[in-house]
Amino acid sequence: MIPTKEEMYAALEERHGKELQKKLNEASVAVCGLGGLGSNIAAALARAGVGQLHIIDFDKVDISNLNRQQYYPQQLGMYKSDALYDTLKRIAPYCDIRKDCVKLDAENITKLLADADIIVEAFDKADQKAMLVNCVLENMPEKYLVSGSGMAGIAPSNMITTKRVTKRFYVCGDGVSDVNDGMGLVSSRVLICAGHQAHAVIRIIADEFDI
Amino acid sequence: MVKINGELLDKNGKTVSEILAEMEINSQHVAVELNEEIVSKAKYDETILKDGDVVEVVRFVGGG
Repeated sequence: MIPTKEEMYAALEERHGKELQKKLNEASVAVCGLGGLGSNIAAALARAGVGQLHIIDFDKVDISNLNRQQYYPQQLGMYKSDALYDTLKRIAPYCDIRKDCVKLDAENITKLLADADIIVEAFDKADQKAMLVNCVLENMPEKYLVSGSGMAGIAPSNMITTKRVTKRFYVCGDGVSDVNDGMGLVSSRVLICAGHQAHAVIRIIADEFDI
Repeated sequence: MVKINGELLDKNGKTVSEILAEMEINSQHVAVELNEEIVSKAKYDETILKDGDVVEVVRFVGGG
């Protein structure tokens, strides 16, 4: 037996306050890419009671993901959008979750992301990150955008920051630690960056825009 | 002077493409904001920076 929707909402209100919980419940966030950043960001947002989540990835769960991503060995081979949907529904059974197993590109981004208030860029490849960010900033200037860049390796935690580049565009990470420089991705440091991104989203929802 | 990522530099008259080349940044891995407006990649070659411009160059690296 799981708690009722009302019981879970009341527990969230108790922790976050009525005003913030109402904003979280009304918010709609799209998470683009469900790897080390996106899967953990989505889990944090679901736990915080964000009302509408849209999770998007075309890839499948691989054994190499398990060191840092929000998946289980039992889910190997599943599409990430399906696997994470199941997990998020266990975390937050009453969250309105839309899943799409699709590769985002310049052709489909504006249509697929139209309903989100806040878009989270959580891809792994630099050119794809730049593609999504440029596409959103050029074509959807009304959206808030929270991106991630630079979290590989085991460099110090405190290099990772949140920057507000322009009014509606935030970038989290250290900006330099590239996975292609031979450093792997380590759960703790990826989680720090994911935490920065998730927290930037929650602060935007709370109408707190400073960093 | 042009402010690039918070630093005042003598880059008047240079294009966005030129400053990216100087910074050794792959133009496919970047987003460039000029005075709070995104610069379309198609306009990097023709966008000339002028005195007082504020530029933010966001470089993306792999990993996520």
